[in-house]
Amino acid sequence: MIESYLLHIGILIAIYIILGVSLNLALGFTGLLNLGHVAFFGIGAYTSALLLKAGVSFIMAFFISGLIAAIFGFLLVLATRKLKGDYLALATLGFSFVIYSLMLNLTELTRGPLGIPGIPKPVIFGFKISGLLPYFIFVTILAVITVFLIYKIVKSPFGRLLQGVRDDEIGLKVLGKDTFKLKAKSMMLSAFFAGIAGSLFASYITYIDPSSFSLAEIILIFTIVIVGGIASIKGTIVATFIIILIPEALRFLYLPSTVLGPLRQIFYALILLGILLYRPKGLFGRIDLE
Amino acid sequence: MILEAHEITKNFGGVRALNKCSLGIKKNKITALIGPNGSGKTTLFDVISRLIKPNSGFIKFKQERIDKFRPNKVAKMGISRTFQDPRLFKNLTIKDHFMMALSTNDESMFAKEKDVEWKIKEIMNLIGLTKPLHTLGSDLSYGQRKLLDLGVALAKPHDLLMLDEPVAGVNPKLRKQIKKIIQNLNKKGETVFLIEHDMNFVMDLVDHIFVLDAGEVIASGKPKQIQNNKKVLDAYLGE
Ligand SMILES: Nc1ncnc2c1ncn2[C@@H]1O[C@H](COP(=O)(O)OP(=O)(O)OP(=O)(O)O)[C@@H](O)[C@H]1O
Ligand SMILES: [Mg+2]
Repeated sequence: MIESYLLHIGILIAIYIILGVSLNLALGFTGLLNLGHVAFFGIGAYTSALLLKAGVSFIMAFFISGLIAAIFGFLLVLATRKLKGDYLALATLGFSFVIYSLMLNLTELTRGPLGIPGIPKPVIFGFKISGLLPYFIFVTILAVITVFLIYKIVKSPFGRLLQGVRDDEIGLKVLGKDTFKLKAKSMMLSAFFAGIAGSLFASYITYIDPSSFSLAEIILIFTIVIVGGIASIKGTIVATFIIILIPEALRFLYLPSTVLGPLRQIFYALILLGILLYRPKGLFGRIDLE
Repeated sequence: MILEAHEITKNFGGVRALNKCSLGIKKNKITALIGPNGSGKTTLFDVISRLIKPNSGFIKFKQERIDKFRPNKVAKMGISRTFQDPRLFKNLTIKDHFMMALSTNDESMFAKEKDVEWKIKEIMNLIGLTKPLHTLGSDLSYGQRKLLDLGVALAKPHDLLMLDEPVAGVNPKLRKQIKKIIQNLNKKGETVFLIEHDMNFVMDLVDHIFVLDAGEVIASGKPKQIQNNKKVLDAYLGE
């Protein structure tokens, strides 16, 4: 019993590491104040769920969910290309709400609040990944690959340019760099990984509805990145453990779930506030987010 | 002429920063744009580098009109510039700055790059910047930032070097050093177009001067001719 509980937490941590590290690519390394990351997560989850239910293979559904999320990432950058800072944050938050309400209202496709049940477990090269332990191993491998790839990206000459966009976009333009393309690529990569996290999430809990991709979820992912530190991959990983594990401990207080939910939200809000007040660079960050 | 501005007009709300401003920059020469505070010098630089769109008029660079281009395209065509208040990447190292300036393929995700530390060292020697390569932009003094901004503009492949007040806010020793750097660059064949507020600084440095006042070119010529031009003296006295 305790073992399956730990595996469950482990799976969530792996999925949130993918979400957090990919958000940090856009937010921390490129300076795109994106509050729409959860929308990419949701788009990936719904795309994957619908494709799997239509009989598409998991590998296809997995990659297509990343690609569709990336396309939305591109559209988001295109639509907000004249915006910066707070305005960009507001616009991306608006984007989250639009996607959220599409999930609720495109009932033909998404079944609205009823959600999509019975999402198949992944089958890869004939192996069905259904037990908790195999799924845990599976998502952990993917989380490690994601972290490795994003680490490679940010350490590359291309990643250096992304940080240039964050520090001084005009300074980069006069060096001849196409900052729009850089921002678009960063957002698309970030969205791609959020999309595949959605695919993993959908096949894990086998049932999704819009409530998994709400404002509370945005705050959770954002808190992970801010607590870990802007532009720190290590920070995001450590923060994911902290942010996921500590509220889990609340469970053992045996409070009714009507109290537990709000308590968790209060915990996220407090920790976010604490960090912003006392350690604005996060646990491992070097950079202030202005 | 490597660069030509044709009747550039630029309004900021009610303020006319440039008024039918025309000028031409010759290859391999040092040209100065001088004028009192707020006369539109920086605005003209911004129009040339396409950071600002003019209300009317056009720019030609290497015989080609650049009106429709984005700033990065103009930069790629061969215009390097610095800023009055140096723009730097505060969380990146000196080496990063130079690598970004030198690299022409880093916009691709799969770009590999050679270590060109020797090239960076060469430029740093030239401009007299002695900080270690791993120093962050945010850890530099104003003077060092000014030098790095200049070095980065030099490192970027270019045919025209535009410097916006390269010695503004810089101590007298560094002023001399920067003047020397500009002279040496020109001897090596660089075309330099610089903005300077202080007329005396440019007198023994440049080949040609344009004087801007209230967005208009009120005089142009060799330093000697400008020095004794009554209109110019009035513009400076009236400041
Ligand atoms: N972005 C802007 N918005 C509004 N007004 C502006 C803007 N940029 C410049 N101006 C105005 O345009 C005029 C010209 O400014 P500009 O910066 O080009 O002058 P300058 O010759 O470079 O002056 P300085 O010697 O102080 O650097 C000034 O009156 C200035 O206030
Ligand atoms: Mg100026």
